[in-house]
Amino acid sequence: MLRLLLAVTQLQPDLKAGLQSIGAGIAYGAAAIGPGIGIGLVVGNAIQAMARQPEMQGTIRTTMFLGIAFTEALALFGFVLFFLAKS
Amino acid sequence: MSVLGAFTFPPIDELFRWKDVVFEDTPFAINKTAILMLVSTLLIVIIFVGGSRRMKMQPSGTQNVLEITYEFIDGGITRDVIGQDATRYTPFLGSLFLFILFLNFWEVVPFIQFPPTARFAVPLYLALQTYVIYLFVGFKHHKLKYLTGHLFPEGVPKALYILVTPIEFVQLFLVRPFSLAVRLLANMMAGHILLTALALLTAYSLENAPIISIGPFLLNIGVTGFEILVGFLQAYIFTLLTAVYIGDSLHPEH
Repeated sequence: MLRLLLAVTQLQPDLKAGLQSIGAGIAYGAAAIGPGIGIGLVVGNAIQAMARQPEMQGTIRTTMFLGIAFTEALALFGFVLFFLAKS
Repeated sequence: MSVLGAFTFPPIDELFRWKDVVFEDTPFAINKTAILMLVSTLLIVIIFVGGSRRMKMQPSGTQNVLEITYEFIDGGITRDVIGQDATRYTPFLGSLFLFILFLNFWEVVPFIQFPPTARFAVPLYLALQTYVIYLFVGFKHHKLKYLTGHLFPEGVPKALYILVTPIEFVQLFLVRPFSLAVRLLANMMAGHILLTALALLTAYSLENAPIISIGPFLLNIGVTGFEILVGFLQAYIFTLLTAVYIGDSLHPEH
């Protein structure tokens, strides 16, 4: 299969760019799945914590942003990879 | 589909690479990115030096804004994250926060609309600055125990050190500064591309099918508001993580 694709690629140079774009798109899409779920969990639990203990709101919000930042980094690595794979 | 059939998006380079204005082809070449950085620095200095010139006991106008900003950085970031006695880090964290904030906000300023933080050199430099500072603070306060404390955490079975030590090493020396830089870069870059794409779509559909153009136009306005939020949030997160890393160097046991 891969050998066939490679042979077709050499026949049509346009196809190579197209396949690269498809690959980059799939890579970014896949990289966004996990962080999407993760950020959902982080924010959902933070809201629950805020609703249970409104007096802890400030601390919880700071920690929530920290959690989002760490989780989001994975998706952003995928985003950078998207541009690297495309060019 | 036939309406947008001929629509092509320009290559990414065209959105981020600017022509040199003066000193072309030298290491000191100045382009739009450098000009915006210089202007933001000047703006911050003018606002803060000018605003604190005649301070009163009952603050009003500019002084109010400056005091809220200081309270936000000193109370919300430095004291909360590093510790109650850490006010000496507020000047660094404050200038970091304001610098990134001003750079990010150029993204939504009409006729300029380019965030200098979307060029990798800018966030990379800021992240390396943070990197040097937290390593320096760590080694200054704990000497070599800083390194051993991080690489060989207590309470972990001896056999697991084979697994834990390389991960901690990569985390401390590579992942932290890199993710700090990439997070800021990717957020601003994504925002800039999104705004450009919507603006181009509006302009293109205005020529060919004016009724459709209302969609991307309204979306563009909404996304602009969202980008203001993102610009603020990224400046806050960058500063917050810098504070977390410095705090981790000061009190590694937490």
